[in-house]
Amino acid sequence: MSDKHLPSSSRRTFMLGAAALPLALAISRMGHAAALPTAQVNTTGLAVTDTEVVVGQLHSATGTMAISETGSIQAEQLAIDQINAMGGILGRKIRVIKEDGASDWPTFAEKSRKLLVNDKVATVFGCWTSASRKAVLPIFEKENGLLYYPTFYEGLEQSKNVIYTGQEATQQILYGLDWAKKEKGAQKVFLVGSDYIWPRTSMKIARKHIENFQGGKVVGEEYYPLGNTNFNSLINKIKIAKPDCIFAAVVGGSNVAFYKQLKAAGITGAKQFLLTLSVTEDEMLGIGGENFEGFYSSMKYFQSLDNENNKAFVEAFKKAYGPKSVIGDVTQAAYLGPWLWKAAVEKAGSFDVDKVVAASPGIELPTAPEGYVKIHENHHLYSKARIAQGQADGTFKVVAESPELIVPDPFPKGYQ
Amino acid sequence: MDAIKTWLGRSGLASIAILAVLLLVVFPLAMDTFRLNLVGKYLTYGFVAIGLVMLWGYGGVLSLGQGVFFGLGGYAMAMFLKLEASDPESTKIQSTPGIPDFMDWNQLTELPLWWEPFNSFGFTLFAVVAVPVLLAFIISYAMFKRRVGGVYFAIITQAVALILTVLIIGQQGYTGGVNGMTDLKTLMGWDIRTDEAKTLLYFLTAALLLGAILLCRWIQLSKLGTLLLAMRDKEDRVRFSGYDVSMFKVFAFCLAAALSAIGGAMFTLQVGFMSPSFVGIVPSIEMVIFAAVGGRMSLVGAVYGALLVNFGKTYFSETFPDLWLFLMAALFIGVVMAFPNGLAGLYESHVKPWLARRKQAPAPGGTGGEPPSASAAPAAPTVPHTTTSAAVPTAGIGAKVSSQSA
Repeated sequence: MSDKHLPSSSRRTFMLGAAALPLALAISRMGHAAALPTAQVNTTGLAVTDTEVVVGQLHSATGTMAISETGSIQAEQLAIDQINAMGGILGRKIRVIKEDGASDWPTFAEKSRKLLVNDKVATVFGCWTSASRKAVLPIFEKENGLLYYPTFYEGLEQSKNVIYTGQEATQQILYGLDWAKKEKGAQKVFLVGSDYIWPRTSMKIARKHIENFQGGKVVGEEYYPLGNTNFNSLINKIKIAKPDCIFAAVVGGSNVAFYKQLKAAGITGAKQFLLTLSVTEDEMLGIGGENFEGFYSSMKYFQSLDNENNKAFVEAFKKAYGPKSVIGDVTQAAYLGPWLWKAAVEKAGSFDVDKVVAASPGIELPTAPEGYVKIHENHHLYSKARIAQGQADGTFKVVAESPELIVPDPFPKGYQ
Repeated sequence: MDAIKTWLGRSGLASIAILAVLLLVVFPLAMDTFRLNLVGKYLTYGFVAIGLVMLWGYGGVLSLGQGVFFGLGGYAMAMFLKLEASDPESTKIQSTPGIPDFMDWNQLTELPLWWEPFNSFGFTLFAVVAVPVLLAFIISYAMFKRRVGGVYFAIITQAVALILTVLIIGQQGYTGGVNGMTDLKTLMGWDIRTDEAKTLLYFLTAALLLGAILLCRWIQLSKLGTLLLAMRDKEDRVRFSGYDVSMFKVFAFCLAAALSAIGGAMFTLQVGFMSPSFVGIVPSIEMVIFAAVGGRMSLVGAVYGALLVNFGKTYFSETFPDLWLFLMAALFIGVVMAFPNGLAGLYESHVKPWLARRKQAPAPGGTGGEPPSASAAPAAPTVPHTTTSAAVPTAGIGAKVSSQSA
């Protein structure tokens, strides 16, 4: 599929099988890019030499978030390795400076300052939780850095200095609810989430959509502290409310307890329709396929997606990190970061943050594992929403896909 | 006059002067703004550490909840800065302009009443100290009057830290939840994010810290300091002598709380945000480690401890991103095994005798109050012997302090 996007001028020697590697558009400029002198592509004192460009990677390699962020670290590294194997960006190899945010928001802030001020990195791939992004955001804006942020999140944010490669809340929620109503006849919905900003915002949007646009009814809305492992009272409330649909955004360790206790209480995929925003292949490892069997998840990417881009990506990922490694939604979104940056840099013909930012809207990536994506003016991606059903072996079977790309809308009108 | 003379005669003043030169002259000359700002951040932990020297080293009361006061001070300052950053102009994208962004996300439509006073800078400065001290007073009065002490008190302070974290995270509409209060920009119109502002804030922090050390040193040398030591070593004897032991402990606890809170407020100013991750149990225990590494009997040592541990954290995590936690653990264990009295103990037991031998002169010092070196009396403080598993390293220190200097 990507063959037709190969640059016409064959300046680079492509590795065997490189045709399967994703390639950005912005072809016209690629051919003569290598000739650009450093003084021209870097006017703001970034760490760019004639042969090398330095980027930062800022995730939690240690602490409670490490288990979630490892996939993102691996995916970004894979993309960077692939780009380097193709000759790098504007003829320069990418060198990565890795910093550990240690699941600690002030550490994220300190390290982001270090990367931007001391190391002068051209861009940073990083952060996972909203809290860590909020901690570094003022620093990126102050130092005029560039951050590629991979996680699906609550929206309500748009920064010149951030490209959001995950979905904002409406992209993940609205299609799922519409599908639930149409296919599963969901009228009475029970909302449940962990108690922090992302589930709260997501459920607010869900409630408005159900009540104002679908004519349905919310029969319960419950939040539990992060790390909560006792859902007995919730299960009783669900049994009393008898919802058509449980709409869940429970995260982290709570997830495991939530699904185990649902199963123990006899609420299984065979009897109850449940749609979640927070279970990817990564979470599935912890929950166990037998506990999630028959439930549904709404994401933009599943490892089992059947397209050529994804097959190449999954194969490359497993080759790099072992056959047992799994790829979740965020991992794929993290993989997009370096490719989107490459495309924007090549379109801009410069590593300067202002120029890359200006070039970013409209950047297309037809070779993304999730399928075609494009950067919107608001720095989020157009992407599709997909619904998949959990299988007993821990995989997901995709059952529905939004027909069109969904326009990102971080400040949705009518849902505030 | 006599008191001042004795006070000046103490060797303590020389080490404080050295620290002052280091903080006010050497560091600013040797470091760029980025590193200096990091040191400024570490120094805010120094406030907590010297508070712990007074409370734990002198008062014999181990608190594993100093993060609570650090956090409260920091949050009070953050509330003021957040209100200033949330003027209607810069928040016009919200449903309710003019309130902090996290309130808007949580469907609050007006500023809660108890936020209103934080529009005033004067009130904020008052609240930075008053709120933590009030909480400290309530906790410690309730505990010490009932003669709850030692390990039980340490556990209760941990519980308070946990409660406050849960409260802050749970009440996210009022506190910003897990994210904390971010995106703080100006202090009364003064941009705190510029390099000049960061340098100025560094000097302000260093000056305040030196002032706090002098204050604590003065307390140590006064009768009050002697009483605290006496209480730590033989509480019953002090009580039988007619002193109200509990109120002295309450004082030490409130003093430590006030110092931590000032540190927290300076932290918020320098780092530009505040979050619950400074309030919980883990950061609170980390703060005890600063004091332990530096030496829990030495004010100056505690500051060095805070600096060393945080330097180590930054250096190791930048240089060995995969290994740094192990290296930090090695640092803690190494210090505790090799120098049970911390860095200050190392100085007292090795460097000082060596200097004295070289000079061939008797060490200066008067009679009366105990200098820190000789203060660890035979009877071990009760707390460290029986602390919970979380405080095992500190327990080791405590036990060895007494055996070594006995």
